[in-house]
Amino acid sequence: MRHWLTSTALVMALALPAYAQDYVPDPNARQGGDIVITYKDDVATLDPAIGYDWQNWSMIKSLFDGLMDYVPGTTTLRPGLASSYEIAGDGTVFTFHLRPGVKFHNGREMTADDVKYSLDRVTNPATQSPGAGFFGSIMGYDVMADGSAAALAGVEVVDPLTVRITLSRPDATFLHVMALNFASVVPKEAVEAAGADFGKVPVGTGAFKLAEWTIGQKLVFARNTDYWRAGEPYLDQITFEVGQEPIVALLRLQNGEIDVPGDGIPPAKFTEVMADPAQAERVVEGGQLHTGYITLNVKMAPFDNVAVRQAVNMAINKDRIVQIINGRAVPATQPLPPSMPGYTQNYTGYAFDPTAAKKALADAGFPNGFETELFVMNTDPNPRIAQAIQQDLSNVGIKASIKSLAQANVIAAGGEPDQAPMIWSGGMAWIADFPDPSNFYGPILGCAGAVQGGWNWSWYCNPALDEEAAKADSINDPAKVDERMAMWSDIYMKVMADAPWVPVFNEQRFTMKSARMGGADALYVDPVSIPVNYDYVYVTDVQ
Amino acid sequence: MAGYLIRRLIQAALILLGVSLVTFFLLYLLPADPVRQIAGRSATAQTVQNIREQLGLDQPFVVQYWRYLSGLVQGDLGRSYLQKSEVAVLIWARLPATLLLMAGAISCELLLGLTMGIVAALRRGSMTDQTLMIASFVGVSAPQFVVGLLLLYVFAVKLGWFPIGGYGTFRHLVLPSLTLGILGSGWYSRMMRSSMIDVLRQDYIRTARAKGLARRRVIFRHALPNAILPIIAMIGIDIGIFMGGIVVVESVFGWPGIGQLAWQAIQRVDIPIIMGVTLVSACAIVLGNLLADLVTPFIDPRIRLR
Repeated sequence: MRHWLTSTALVMALALPAYAQDYVPDPNARQGGDIVITYKDDVATLDPAIGYDWQNWSMIKSLFDGLMDYVPGTTTLRPGLASSYEIAGDGTVFTFHLRPGVKFHNGREMTADDVKYSLDRVTNPATQSPGAGFFGSIMGYDVMADGSAAALAGVEVVDPLTVRITLSRPDATFLHVMALNFASVVPKEAVEAAGADFGKVPVGTGAFKLAEWTIGQKLVFARNTDYWRAGEPYLDQITFEVGQEPIVALLRLQNGEIDVPGDGIPPAKFTEVMADPAQAERVVEGGQLHTGYITLNVKMAPFDNVAVRQAVNMAINKDRIVQIINGRAVPATQPLPPSMPGYTQNYTGYAFDPTAAKKALADAGFPNGFETELFVMNTDPNPRIAQAIQQDLSNVGIKASIKSLAQANVIAAGGEPDQAPMIWSGGMAWIADFPDPSNFYGPILGCAGAVQGGWNWSWYCNPALDEEAAKADSINDPAKVDERMAMWSDIYMKVMADAPWVPVFNEQRFTMKSARMGGADALYVDPVSIPVNYDYVYVTDVQ
Repeated sequence: MAGYLIRRLIQAALILLGVSLVTFFLLYLLPADPVRQIAGRSATAQTVQNIREQLGLDQPFVVQYWRYLSGLVQGDLGRSYLQKSEVAVLIWARLPATLLLMAGAISCELLLGLTMGIVAALRRGSMTDQTLMIASFVGVSAPQFVVGLLLLYVFAVKLGWFPIGGYGTFRHLVLPSLTLGILGSGWYSRMMRSSMIDVLRQDYIRTARAKGLARRRVIFRHALPNAILPIIAMIGIDIGIFMGGIVVVESVFGWPGIGQLAWQAIQRVDIPIIMGVTLVSACAIVLGNLLADLVTPFIDPRIRLR
């Protein structure tokens, strides 16, 4: 009986937020009009199980929906294709009730079978989804991942509008996972008809549908007139022109030819744009869940010595590095960015103090410093940042030679235990997949990522912290969210004491929009629909 | 002629086989793992291994290459690791744009280069000659990225004569062709100048002049066809240089050709696309050289193909 009461209380407490939050429509928004957005890189795919790039992330969000979603411009969860959900079984059983009458772009009604098919598909190794690992807490994931099962045992269709998902362990991040693009619902018949080319002929339930795709040139999205959120989206059409250098995109924006340069303001033009009041007033600034850091490989001497790692933390002048990128960031004190829940507000990190760093090095047995290597991705501004780091290290006696390589080579070196003593993460730095502190731990600071080919380039593995992390993630009672965040804050403070990283800065996003673009600034630097939330922006020159 | 053509085509096939082998081997040796790019940062070791096996990347080099070659002889360039689309479809969609840009660039460089070379040769030692040769030197030395942006800024942004990047009309073609053409024209003008000076010293030119032929006729009927021969051979070689240049120029002007495709594939270790673009580029170079050799006898009857 006690168990029943506890479960029922949990169900009610967790079901409530599903109805509590939503978006207040912009009273100035009018439906109609079309806009042009540019990107440098081509769109590789629009398959939600595969797409994981800067340019296709928010495109996919506009073509597809998942069971969960976020309030536009925020990191607040809201129901998506699920009209409500319940959580039971001590937080391991999620029952989602689907909205009736939601139609795919092909006209067929979406059902619970489609949800199951989509989750089975994304976790099937044959799909080669880069997001499969996010679903690791669903019961039966392991046998799916090793190819010995064809369907997730933990996903059951209760009736055409109800799906039940059972987890193998409590996972406080699960609702965020269900809001990821990878959890988007796709129609089986369209996927099977297109085969491997589904990413070129996507069919979803989203606010827009793909109207035209000229490979290497442009994609045209048209408003889904049957969209289940009444009155949305606002725009009739979006044209994405690809292959446009950011600097050329800026010239075109200034010439009135485009509405949003998707890659933002090019670093080389930033000062010029900000110095011109007419242009500066069209700049939109926003934070992002990003941290740029230097990894110190704890498996390679002398970074196996915690005192040396702490000394390096004290040697780096973060303010100067922020200046190098024209102030487009704030100095970081810890792995989590300031806007992430779990961020420790009163922690100031290691202060820049070369004298103390030198002393710490001498105490650690390196009075004359040492020689090492700093790996860096070879695109601007990363080599310049690496030079600043090199100079800071030189001031305390550490002679670091810079190895400036292509992104894939740096990633490969970081994935080996004995290749890269130090890596500047710029260009490959961590941007959270979802707004939860756990997303900054597992793959990049936890033991699971400290494997050959992994992303934990500092090779830091603290089993006690892994245990604490698992314990924190098992707390999914909303009443205990503060307790969970305090646990995560404590975990990151312990990481900082061990100093496997030098957190350097948290990047700010700067983008621009044409004068006719409407909608809150937050939509243009949306923390989840990166880079722009296309469903809610509008143009002011339609009647 | 037919025998010569068959022999050259066999040679071309062997060259392409060599290119495919060397490129595949270099990509095999690359210290970067394409599977990590596909699997993403949340992937478990099991997922990575599954993908490696599915793509056959766990096999030894010989097996991987043989599989690729078997597909290639059947016209199958494979599927992109990241886009999942057929490489042939991706290349075919972009090839017309690259060929158009190449044609535009060759026209530009010939027009500019030959004119500059002829004028410089005819006014050898003059201020015009020196100015043109300095201009050609600047053209050869200037980075294409800078030239492209400069042309865009002046002729598209400030003067508004041409669109700011893009693809579709003749006006879109002018600035990217000019950017590529300026580099080539530098080489051609210098080569044309020296070739022309050489020809103008020949006895038959002196004879033509002595016969009282008009200056224009001497230059265009007698000197030019002889001076242009090394240039034609150069065009074939030039296609290789173009293939390097289009990566930058397509990027600056948003030109949807295979250069952009190659650049993005290299960034992300998408081996099937890199292989596909390399082979298509090698084909273009081999065919370009073959065409140059086939055309030469029509201009210089002394040359016979055997």
